[in-house]
Amino acid sequence: MTEAFIYDHVRTPRGRGRPDGALHELPPVALATQALQAIQARSQLQTAWVDDVILGCVSPIGDQGSAIGRVAALNAGYADSVAGYQLNRFCASGLEAVNSAAAQIMAGQSDAVVAGGVESMSRVPIGSDGGAWYGDPAVARATYFVPQGVGADLIATLQGYTREDVDRFALESQRRAAAAAAEARAARSLVPVRDVMGEVLLDRDEYPRPNTTLADLGALKPAFREAGEEGGFASVALHRYPGVESIRYVHTAGNSSGIVDGSAAILMGNRAFGRRAGLTPRARIRAFTSIGSEPAIMLTGPALAARKALKRARMDFADIDLFEVNEAFAAVVMRFMDDTGVSHDKINVNGGAIALGHPLGATGAIILGTALDELERRGLSTALVTLCVGAGMGTATIIERI
Amino acid sequence: MYTTLRVERTEAGVAVIHIDVPDRSMNVLTPALLNDLDAVIADVRTDAAICGLVVTSAKSSFVAGADLKELLALMEAGLTPKRGYEMSQHLSLLFRRLETMGKPVAAAINGLALGGGLELALACHRRFIIDDPKAVIGLPEVKVGLLPGAGGTQRVVRLIGLAAAAKMITDGGQHAPAAALKMGLVHEVVARDQLLAKACAWVASAGDTHAPWDVKGFRLPGGASLTQPAVSQTLSIGTALITKMVGRRYPAPGEILSCLYEGATVPFDLSLRIESKHFARLLTNPVARNLVRSLFVTKGELDKLSRRPAGLPPSTLRRIGVLGAGMMGAGIAHVAAAAGLEVVLLDATQQNAERGKAHAQTWLAKEVERGRRSADAAEKILARILPTTAYAALKDVDLVIEAVFEDRAIKAEVTVQAMAVMPKRAVFASNTSTLPITGLATAFARPKQFIGIHFFSPAEKMPLVEVILGKKTSDATLAVALDLCAVLRKTPIVVHDSRGFYTTRVFGAYCQEGQVMLLEGVAPALIENAGRFAGMPVGPLAVTDEVSLQLQYHVARQTQADLGDRYVPSPADPVLRRMVEEHKRLGRKSGGGFYDYPADAPKHLWPGLASEFPVKAEQPSLEDVQNRLLYIQALEAARAFEEGVVTTPGEADIGSIFGIGFPAWTGGALSFIDTVGIAPFVAECERLARHYGKRFKPSRWLKARAAAGQSFYGPAPSASGQSTGISSC
Repeated sequence: MTEAFIYDHVRTPRGRGRPDGALHELPPVALATQALQAIQARSQLQTAWVDDVILGCVSPIGDQGSAIGRVAALNAGYADSVAGYQLNRFCASGLEAVNSAAAQIMAGQSDAVVAGGVESMSRVPIGSDGGAWYGDPAVARATYFVPQGVGADLIATLQGYTREDVDRFALESQRRAAAAAAEARAARSLVPVRDVMGEVLLDRDEYPRPNTTLADLGALKPAFREAGEEGGFASVALHRYPGVESIRYVHTAGNSSGIVDGSAAILMGNRAFGRRAGLTPRARIRAFTSIGSEPAIMLTGPALAARKALKRARMDFADIDLFEVNEAFAAVVMRFMDDTGVSHDKINVNGGAIALGHPLGATGAIILGTALDELERRGLSTALVTLCVGAGMGTATIIERI
Repeated sequence: MYTTLRVERTEAGVAVIHIDVPDRSMNVLTPALLNDLDAVIADVRTDAAICGLVVTSAKSSFVAGADLKELLALMEAGLTPKRGYEMSQHLSLLFRRLETMGKPVAAAINGLALGGGLELALACHRRFIIDDPKAVIGLPEVKVGLLPGAGGTQRVVRLIGLAAAAKMITDGGQHAPAAALKMGLVHEVVARDQLLAKACAWVASAGDTHAPWDVKGFRLPGGASLTQPAVSQTLSIGTALITKMVGRRYPAPGEILSCLYEGATVPFDLSLRIESKHFARLLTNPVARNLVRSLFVTKGELDKLSRRPAGLPPSTLRRIGVLGAGMMGAGIAHVAAAAGLEVVLLDATQQNAERGKAHAQTWLAKEVERGRRSADAAEKILARILPTTAYAALKDVDLVIEAVFEDRAIKAEVTVQAMAVMPKRAVFASNTSTLPITGLATAFARPKQFIGIHFFSPAEKMPLVEVILGKKTSDATLAVALDLCAVLRKTPIVVHDSRGFYTTRVFGAYCQEGQVMLLEGVAPALIENAGRFAGMPVGPLAVTDEVSLQLQYHVARQTQADLGDRYVPSPADPVLRRMVEEHKRLGRKSGGGFYDYPADAPKHLWPGLASEFPVKAEQPSLEDVQNRLLYIQALEAARAFEEGVVTTPGEADIGSIFGIGFPAWTGGALSFIDTVGIAPFVAECERLARHYGKRFKPSRWLKARAAAGQSFYGPAPSASGQSTGISSC
């Protein structure tokens, strides 16, 4: 089978996903365009050699509608011959784009693909696309739909995580993100976003609060109690988990992933493409997979996806040097550690989405890049990237440096 | 000629339909009425001299909807979804013809308009309603497990928007004219004597008229696209709230949401077909049949005293005595006084008796505060309660109800004292919930006049009364007891003597099963959730806390003392013994039982349960636990029926629903067996007996019934092509 290589990756900084966020003035297509232009420029890439552009995007409607992968590629000046599409695997869309690109390459049907993702959560709020999952009453009922925050609190309840446990986890994410920023560890991959006049709008991640304390975090209100109790979702959750007496609401805005805007692009291809383009591969894709699990609790997929990917790669948790497990909520990563026995020392070593934010469709590609940069910085070899995914899915990818 | 309505023509050429279905106190949508309406519509459409229509009623109410007895007969005869669809379409298309006949139509709503009655009015172009708060309108179909199947869902959603329609139709509430106007369901509220004139005037001047949804460019208020966050939220939270409010056993509310969602954005005629399909699904679901039969038909019959012996003159109940002014006695005294009876409330000390009266005072004060009763009326009620310690006060009562502690000796003592002074003709009733009546009657010299009248707590709220016949109780005494129920507006069931009678036996089985599971190592939260999710009002452990573990323990010991060697130990005995004797956890009122009751937070399971009843690693499924809790009660009900303790399935069902909160979706404890199917029910009992103990063993009698396929309500053909929804949690 043909091998799929990662040649390069870039990402925008993540802007606060609110009207006062630095990137709010730019439509999402502009974020994607700048990421695609940056990856092209860095490699002096002949875009006509690219077969496809795949962008993950979770709310593909309005500003983000009409196959933004193709539209952003055209807007970025890529050759007309480059196809493009948008895919949606909820929060793992960016990683699924990488996996789909790898699949095309491994299957021998594409030579080079740009994979990535984009989400302007400030301009296209989460849930803007609606959908049968929670909007169609018969489907919501049949699938025991529960919002993910309540699912995260259910995980904390089942696992016995206290509010202090999850807040401490969040604090550590902030500490690690601050340490990484202080050393500018992401400098090689971070491309500043410019406004229509060409001025830099944002050149660093905007979301982290490096000075936050445990007391600050402890003062925040539980974010999902109202949905759980007044909205009735706790009752739905208990119908699925009837051994639980009541849900412990521990997640807040401070220990859940941040709402941000951002985009990422990864240049992938087979060995021949690299030779032709004069590029050296930085890593290969060892394995990738997606799984489904119980949808009401929704967020227990990462360990299952990781196991399945490892099995496909004939590897074990011990064979992985670094992990990126998306910090959708503190309890998700804590549960991953409980399920797998992997130490926090190897996971999200530069902080995660709690500190940095989670631009839904782009995150998978961003954290894959973060893992690769860190493997290179530490001189290590293998990384596993995984995310919890809406409706109970999980996606994982294993990379290995060349 | 029309048999159900009269048509009158005004000088301006308006035809006024006065609906007047013969031999009915209220208009209901009978086949004859539908035929007449159809004919009128055809006449009016083609008669050039008529400019439009006004629909009103010749009775004091407008139209009350469908005839539930007729509906039940159809359901019991067996309906296919296709037939249900056709029934719905028949009515829906008739109303649609009214709406689209090309001439203006006004509804002159002169009184209550519910269900199909309101749907008829909704198919009119303009609705006038009288300004009388009794002229309520609403779509209560959800309460019988159905949805409005004559265009109601689709017209309401187009009139008032998705969120308001979802609320109105899933809660089935009634709305007074002012509220209906505010909601946008009617156009004008007018004085009664102006109603017809205004409606006729509007029709005469309306000209070419169409429903809003038949006008090009119509937009549904608030929209109905899932890409609108408000719409998504309405449906998503609405779905979750249904689970929170009624659990997942009642199919109608969810079906209503689906019907609104699927129909709101499509052409109107298609939306009517969508509605009919959802209606058909509900109509053929046994839950609708169960609700119609038990909550309306059977309950209605019992409320009319269907069990009263024939030929006995009505009782004159003026004054009653209540012995014991505790929680129960005080409640009975209050209810009786509120119903207009004079009450002698007697207790051992004047202080206790006064405290019993104070209970009524507190309750009434709240009612006055909430505007439900005038201060004057409350005073009059209170004045009818005489608190005393003097048995002599019973000298001219018509009936005495004893409500003292469940102890044979104490009961005998007050019985003898009352007997000494009460009139010879008066009836003596015991409010015992467990002790056999025949035994208690031995303390009374006139056992023919001794009866059990078992109220439920709180007497003010609980609608059921279990009337218990002792061996010697006479028909005349039964008639008096039932007449008392009618005066108090309680629903009576009549049962024969047995330890625990009927309801307490079934209730005991529920509590016991919960406790046995605790002993087995089933997670207490699972036990409790399973009880609630099955449709019981509270879990078996929580409800044991309410009645108190101490009381249940005491009753078990009393039974043991009474029966001696014949006592069959309950597998739950060790649980009560350990909780009561070792841990002094006596129940809610004594500071806690299976639960802790913090002052400033909701109750939660007592953490000590974890060490006292360790939870085993492997837990049963929710369905298994639910089955145990429902099956054990249904089995106990079947045993009581087999023994002749309860003699009709209807009483067994009503007793279980209104006495102990057996889930209404089942139709009651025996209806549950029919709903599952008697053969599958027996098979499941046998499986449960193998796994969990011989108390689940079906009797030979029940097995024989199962083998013969003999259900309790007669053979109901199974609805084809649809699951019963019984096994889903």
